Amino acid sequence: MSGYMSGVLAVLLINTIIAYSVFLPAAAGLLNLGAAGFVLIGGYTAGGLTSQAGWPLAPAILAAGLFAGAVAFVLAFPILRTRGVYMVLATFAFAEVVGGICLNIPSLGGATGLSVSTYAGLPVVIPTTVCVGVFVAWLLSTRLGLAMRAVHDDENVSLLFGVNLRMVQVAAFTVGGALGGIGGALLVHQFNFIDVQTTGVLFSIYVLLYVLIGGTQTAWGPVAGALFFTVVPEILRSMSKLDASMKFLETGRFIVFGIAVVLIMIARPEGMITRTLIEKVQGLFRRRSSPENAG
Amino acid sequence: MNGAELTLANVSKSFGGLMVIDHLGFTVKGGSRTALIGPNGAGKTTVFNLVSGVYSIDDGKILLDGEDISTVPPARRIGHGMSRSFQNIRLMPHLSTLENVMLGEHWRRRAFSLARGRRAVEAAKSALADAGLQTYPGQVVANLPYGIQKRIEVVRALLAEPKILMLDEPAAGLNTAETDDLRGLLERVSARGVTLLIVEHDMQFVRRLCDHVVVLNFGQLIFEGTPDEVHRDPSVIEAYLGADSQPKPVQATKTAQVS
Repeated sequence: MSGYMSGVLAVLLINTIIAYSVFLPAAAGLLNLGAAGFVLIGGYTAGGLTSQAGWPLAPAILAAGLFAGAVAFVLAFPILRTRGVYMVLATFAFAEVVGGICLNIPSLGGATGLSVSTYAGLPVVIPTTVCVGVFVAWLLSTRLGLAMRAVHDDENVSLLFGVNLRMVQVAAFTVGGALGGIGGALLVHQFNFIDVQTTGVLFSIYVLLYVLIGGTQTAWGPVAGALFFTVVPEILRSMSKLDASMKFLETGRFIVFGIAVVLIMIARPEGMITRTLIEKVQGLFRRRSSPENAG
Repeated sequence: MNGAELTLANVSKSFGGLMVIDHLGFTVKGGSRTALIGPNGAGKTTVFNLVSGVYSIDDGKILLDGEDISTVPPARRIGHGMSRSFQNIRLMPHLSTLENVMLGEHWRRRAFSLARGRRAVEAAKSALADAGLQTYPGQVVANLPYGIQKRIEVVRALLAEPKILMLDEPAAGLNTAETDDLRGLLERVSARGVTLLIVEHDMQFVRRLCDHVVVLNFGQLIFEGTPDEVHRDPSVIEAYLGADSQPKPVQATKTAQVS
């Protein structure tokens, strides 16, 4: 695999982890526009630990996840008092505050950013992503996961059936924050560098889009979303080099991409991967595997 | 199993300046099949909402087997032995039938136990089969017909293993065959000792299923008795049932009460 390809793959996988950090709260009905905040916390924590405290990579990643999770837990209580668009604003404000703090701590490099020498290539990123994916799938298959999805659909009815609404939402937000921290820890060691610019507002918006476009109903949604948002622009970029007639894609590829996003939102308002879609696909396989039932 | 006895003692509830439940008191005997009837706006659904904890009461007491539950948080009330369905279908549209139904017994499960544990799935499937819904377990409920969804709500409430089951218009929108199936299901539930409290406009359904009827109007109790007594009572006929033999007084009183 070329360096370019493995770079794209690593970014895709890290983006998937960060997408899961927003997916878990979203699966419980909470919109989190603060992904950048948790990624920065995780990135600076892990980067600081490896470059300044001399920690090995694995415990630094774990510590970054735990610390970002702890911040998310504390933050969950005030944030969960807000609803809908106000929650989006509150989480967004949180990310801005984190950015501001990082910018003003000289030992973290301030505006010049933090360089780290430890490198996290695919041998680190792939297993971490697999672990995160398996963990999220397991979480969704537990009672807590069922409760999260129930809360997403109807908070009030969930409450009447004995779902501890606050506990479920705090848990979703906390675990999401921890995953964001892990994603950030990988990101800083993949690029060997982190600064506040790495994860701006646009980054948080993109990650939320991964989840909303991919779909919040199943664990496949964020994978599909991250895949779409990472791979499609790359395909458009390589297409621009193929032919002179495609040259407009060099600068115009984001226009094409934007149109594609809008079209998907129109065609799949609940996300690309929905429960109904999976049901249909499973139905196709069932019919194919048992031809005697056909017709 | 002994069904729970539910008592509303002098319960009141206002929304703004409007007194929706006005010093209401009645008892649903343990193991009975009680219907709660009355014209639209009489406060039937509000009674359900107060008992299940959607709203808190302004005054009075709600007793379940003698214990005042009016201050118990809504999420804990299901643990006291009550569950309910809703007038407008309130299933989780993105969950499968099985998952919706399993939500009924959610309050008894630990957070990190597998949702699809074998025993939980078997219990849910057999409850679905008992209601004639065995063909739908894996399907997302949003794609199912209305009558099926309506019955899934009943099964969900049943899986909570309540001592009192409160159903808000369970037969509304069902065809005759579905209504008969539902009545059969509820008779089997009642035979297990579960108390039934049912809001229903289908009077034939009420007459066949229920042994006790509570009639509300404007948030107050206007009559209670057996279905036959209710059908003969002039105040009930006037407020709710209507009678072909005496249409004029019914119309006149209604207008007078509204204005």
